[in-house]
Amino acid sequence: MATFSTSPVIASDQSLSSASPTIDIRAIVRNHGSVAAVDHVSFQVRRGEFFSILGPSGAGKTSVLRIVAGFEDPDAGDVLIDGRSMLDVPPNRRPVNLVFQSYALFPHLTVFENVAFGLKMRRVPTALIDEQVRQTLTMVKLVGKEGRKPAQLSGGEQQRVALARALVNKPAVVLLDEPLAALDQQLRQAMQVELKSIQEQAGLTCVCVTHHQEEAMMMSDRIAVMHQGRMWQVGTPREVYENPRTLFVSRFLGVSNELPGRVGEAMEDAHLLQPADDRVPAFPVRMGSGASPGRSVTWSIRPERLRMSRERPVNSDSMLTGVIEKVLFAGSETKYLIRVGHETLWEARTTGAVQLPYAPGDPVFLHWALGDGRVFFE
Amino acid sequence: MKPRSMGVNAVSLLAMLFLYGPIIVLVLYSFNAAHLSMTWRGATLKWYAALWHDEALLAATANSLLIALVSTIGATSLGGLLALGMEQMPRRRQQILEGGLVLPLVIPEVMMGVALMLLFVTVHMPLGLTTVILGHIVFNIPLVTIMIRTRLRKLDPMLREAAADLGADAWQVFRYVTLPLLRPAIWGAVLVAFTVSLDDFLVTFFTAGPGATTLPLKVYSMIKSGVTPEINALSALLLGVSMMGVAGSLYLQRREV
Amino acid sequence: MPSDDVSHTSVAQDSCRSCWLAAPGLLWLALFFLVPLGLVFTISFASRGTYGGIVWEFTWANYVDLLHPLYGKILAQSLWYATLTTAICFLLGFPLAYVIARSPARWQPVLLLLVMLPFWTNFLVRTYAWMILLRHDGLTNNVLLALGLITEPLELLYTPTAVVIGLVYGYLPFMVLPLYVAVERLDPVLVEAAWDLYASRWAVLTRVVMPLTMPGIVGGCILVFIPSIGSFITPDLLGGARSMMIGNLIQHEYLVVRDWPLGSAVSFVLMAIVMAAVVLYYRQASRGDGPLEGR
Repeated sequence: MATFSTSPVIASDQSLSSASPTIDIRAIVRNHGSVAAVDHVSFQVRRGEFFSILGPSGAGKTSVLRIVAGFEDPDAGDVLIDGRSMLDVPPNRRPVNLVFQSYALFPHLTVFENVAFGLKMRRVPTALIDEQVRQTLTMVKLVGKEGRKPAQLSGGEQQRVALARALVNKPAVVLLDEPLAALDQQLRQAMQVELKSIQEQAGLTCVCVTHHQEEAMMMSDRIAVMHQGRMWQVGTPREVYENPRTLFVSRFLGVSNELPGRVGEAMEDAHLLQPADDRVPAFPVRMGSGASPGRSVTWSIRPERLRMSRERPVNSDSMLTGVIEKVLFAGSETKYLIRVGHETLWEARTTGAVQLPYAPGDPVFLHWALGDGRVFFE
Repeated sequence: MKPRSMGVNAVSLLAMLFLYGPIIVLVLYSFNAAHLSMTWRGATLKWYAALWHDEALLAATANSLLIALVSTIGATSLGGLLALGMEQMPRRRQQILEGGLVLPLVIPEVMMGVALMLLFVTVHMPLGLTTVILGHIVFNIPLVTIMIRTRLRKLDPMLREAAADLGADAWQVFRYVTLPLLRPAIWGAVLVAFTVSLDDFLVTFFTAGPGATTLPLKVYSMIKSGVTPEINALSALLLGVSMMGVAGSLYLQRREV
Repeated sequence: MPSDDVSHTSVAQDSCRSCWLAAPGLLWLALFFLVPLGLVFTISFASRGTYGGIVWEFTWANYVDLLHPLYGKILAQSLWYATLTTAICFLLGFPLAYVIARSPARWQPVLLLLVMLPFWTNFLVRTYAWMILLRHDGLTNNVLLALGLITEPLELLYTPTAVVIGLVYGYLPFMVLPLYVAVERLDPVLVEAAWDLYASRWAVLTRVVMPLTMPGIVGGCILVFIPSIGSFITPDLLGGARSMMIGNLIQHEYLVVRDWPLGSAVSFVLMAIVMAAVVLYYRQASRGDGPLEGR
């Protein structure tokens, strides 16, 4: 297992194919007063890729997007699109189009005129505008609504117009700022699927900013996790979820059952973890290099990696006992909050029907495979 | 909440009556056939007809319309550009200018009148239609600027960004996004400026020379030289015109796009 | 994302290029507003020539002259009329604003429009309407006589009473608007809470409603006071020779006596009073809305 670093990613990641990237962001910095809203952020996006920047609000994601679009200038660093630096290029000359979070549809123009706007600005011949707008409206399933004003559309339809208005220009990159945030839950899920299929069908290169981890994981080819102006990890959804580099990434991408402690004695392919809570017995974990005895660490495991049983599992060193504290039935799965030791509450899940359901107060054995947990050094 | 007390309702009814009573009486009496007494002698339109044959009055009307038209065009252009220019300034400077723009509106009109008169006399500019127009533009600029700024502020800044993102240059953003969205506010401002200019008495009083009599000046001299039924008719007409102007302006400003 | 940073984008940044758009308008205001005011200020320190011209010699004499009881009386009278007007506007305006703010939401704009509409009509004409009502043989006297409440017509027109009525009539909308805003923001639940806690009607008004609407009250009072103190038409048409206000004095000095320096000095005293009120207004406006803020 790789070393877990607590420093943010500064070098561009090496997993890129040899083809030159469509977007190449090089160590951009953007200061708001004395605070760095964007702090040496670098990443690259390949052609046809769906790339998400995921982070909590205030992480600086939108600033990155606005720098790429040209609405904000970086204080340092460079933005390259198709190999060309964009720093001196005003927003209206950049080969990117932004889908605004609020959609920013022109209220005085019809759906058709909104979508045609970019082409009209570039003085594309009317006949061609007509054809391309219709094509794009067909793609986003808005045929028949051409003459409506934005105020006469539903939220989902407005979202499609915003998307079409960007797509019709065939930009090198489509920038999406929290594209689905304004939609309600059900519509949001439907649009995730639809947006992804439009992207694949049209071969779009997308950079999407979102604070919604599930959305990012479902739609993206790769995800960059941003926090406090810095980019902490870039990778495929699976990599980032299963192999988070920092506790923050681990927590932000899902439930992280944690146990702080110290590194204990070394074993053959693991170290003993000495939990800070003295009611929890020591157990072996894989640590990689840097595991000097006595060092403070936090160990974390995803809920779906925890297995529960009433009987003590055989052949498992990786095991703790706990007491069921709460049972939360959520339809397709059931969540359990389990008290481990003195002060730690963990979450575990079962799916489908359980023959003998657990009830609050039941003692339970929790076990896992040695490689399922992650260690984060302080 | 406890139902409002009768007293509160009664006072507000009284206040409304107070606001509209005089206007209603004035309009009613403009149809009164009696010549000098206040007693009702049946309805007539003869006072309105009399207005129609008053040459001096028609001349004053022409002056008023000309002044209102020219000063509205002037003030809307200057004030509109001022609003657009202010938008680009640093916030601090905007606030200072905003405070300054209120001055022409709060300063007593008498004072604005004498000050303008002093200026024109000092530079030996003969008082006449021109000086009145110059003066009307002064108090109409802040009105226009404030109304257009109100609308500009309500505009979603994202719309302008969206236009730029879609390839529009600064002029195209203005031409295809900002201007169409401002249009109702601009027409609203035009109507208000026109109405205010048409109704202005004091600034006109001090800056108008002989031959530049406007309707309000005419009304004033008629009132001063003795009340006649024609004034009632003229007054009723003026009230009607300004009410329509203002109602139209409010309608335009409220309209979304 | 710090969304407040969105407003100053590079689109706005890269141009105080378009600031020059403001220039013609500002130039106009400088030329035809600031310069004239400066001229008035300068002349207020000059003196009057024998035949009405201006003698350019610095003197305080005009301001000293204003201390004369005759002028002092007009000044005091103006302040008194304006204060009285403000008080009456408040007494009429507060219930009206309250009723409007508590009426069904779709009626509120209509009612406000009704309050504001007269304000936008010709002031001269509206004042003239009161001449019809208050004349010796006017409607008021006729009605009162007919009702047998009086036996002889009252002298109403050309009295201080007529002036104050005219001022209240002219500027009542200025009181109602800010009060409406304040009352509209006042949470009705607070009034219910006060009722619930044994407050009397009077206590609800003075301990809850008024303190919470104080910004609106102060704002409305100042907005009424400013035009009242500087009015000319109302005292000119409705007042007699003895109910003159500052505005009439200025006009008198300029056009009748033709003592421009003295008229200018009077103008500046008036301007000082108005400016003091304006500063007061902004001071209280910038204090935010106190307890109502962020509700």
